[in-house]
Amino acid sequence: MKPRKSSAPEPVQVIKQRRDAALTALVSASPYVRFLGVRFDRRGDELTAILPYDDMLIGNPGLPALHGGATAAFLEVTAMMGLAWSHYWPDLEAGRLDPQEMAAGKLPRLPKTIGMTVDYLRSGLPRDAYARAEITRSGRRYASVRAEAWQDNVSRPIAHVTAHFRMPSGDDRS
Amino acid sequence: MSDDKQLRIAQQFISSLPHAQALGIKVVEIVPGRSVFAMPYDEKLIGDPATGVLAGGAVSALLDTTCGAAVMSHPESAGMTATLDLRIDYMRPATPGQAIRAEAECYHVTRSVAFVRAVALDDDREQPVATASGAFTFTKQEAKA
Repeated sequence: MKPRKSSAPEPVQVIKQRRDAALTALVSASPYVRFLGVRFDRRGDELTAILPYDDMLIGNPGLPALHGGATAAFLEVTAMMGLAWSHYWPDLEAGRLDPQEMAAGKLPRLPKTIGMTVDYLRSGLPRDAYARAEITRSGRRYASVRAEAWQDNVSRPIAHVTAHFRMPSGDDRS
Repeated sequence: MSDDKQLRIAQQFISSLPHAQALGIKVVEIVPGRSVFAMPYDEKLIGDPATGVLAGGAVSALLDTTCGAAVMSHPESAGMTATLDLRIDYMRPATPGQAIRAEAECYHVTRSVAFVRAVALDDDREQPVATASGAFTFTKQEAKA
C-alpha cells in the first residue's frame, strides 16, 4: 500500500472504514475471541471490549454468576487486543498496514502474555460485561497493561487485571 | 468420603458448570484438597491462528476451574467457593494438538480464605505451560458434634 498524500484530507467515511476493517481483521482472526463472543467498540483509537451475555459463560449456576475463568479470559483479550491496537495504530494510520491484506490473513504478530494477576471484586452477573485497557508501560520488548471490567455501573468494577506482555519484535512481523 | 464418591461429586460439579462444559473440561482425578482436570485440544480455543496455540484465556479458565475444585474438595470445605485473586504465569506456548492437564492443590485454609497453587501441563510433563496461584473464598463446615 502506498503512503497517502497529505494534501487533501481523506473523507471521514474512508477513514472510519479503514480503521474498522483493520480492527475487525485483527480481532476476528482469533477463534478463541470468537468462541467467547468478544466484540470491540471503537472511538478513534480508544477501544471498549464487550462480552455479550451467553449461558455458556456461567460458572456458578446457583447464583447465577459468570465463570471466573471467563472473566479472566475476557480481561486478557481486552488487554492483549488493546495493546496490539495501540502498537499497530501508527502503522495503520501511516498506511504501512493494509486492512485488506489483514482481512486476507496477513496479520501482524500479537503480543505474548507473560503473566497476569486477576482481582475479583464482585461476582459477575448474568448480563453483558464491558472492559477497557490502559497501557501503563510500553517498551520495545515488554509492555504492562491494566484492564478493568464492569457491568451495569462503570464505578463498580467486577474485576481488574494487571498483565505483562512480550512485544513482537520488528523483524518478527509477518 | 471415599475417592469414588469424591470423583462422582466432582464430575457432577463440572457437568453443572456451563462454562467448564463449553471448554470441554473433564475430571481426571480428585482427592481431598487436590484436583486434576483436563481440557482437550480444540480448534475453537486457538488464540493465534498463525500458530494454532491454545489461547491463554482458555488455559486460565481451566486453571481457575481446577483451583476452585481443589478448594471445594478440601476436607473442611462446606461447599461453594469463588475466586478472590488469581495470578497466572505463562512459561511457554502449549503444543498444538495436545490436551492440557491442570493439577491444583489447596495447601492452606483459614476460616474464610483458601490458598491454592496449580500447574498446567501438556504432554511434556517436565516443562509446565503455565503456573497459577490464588486465593479463594472459603466456608468451613460446621464442627460435627
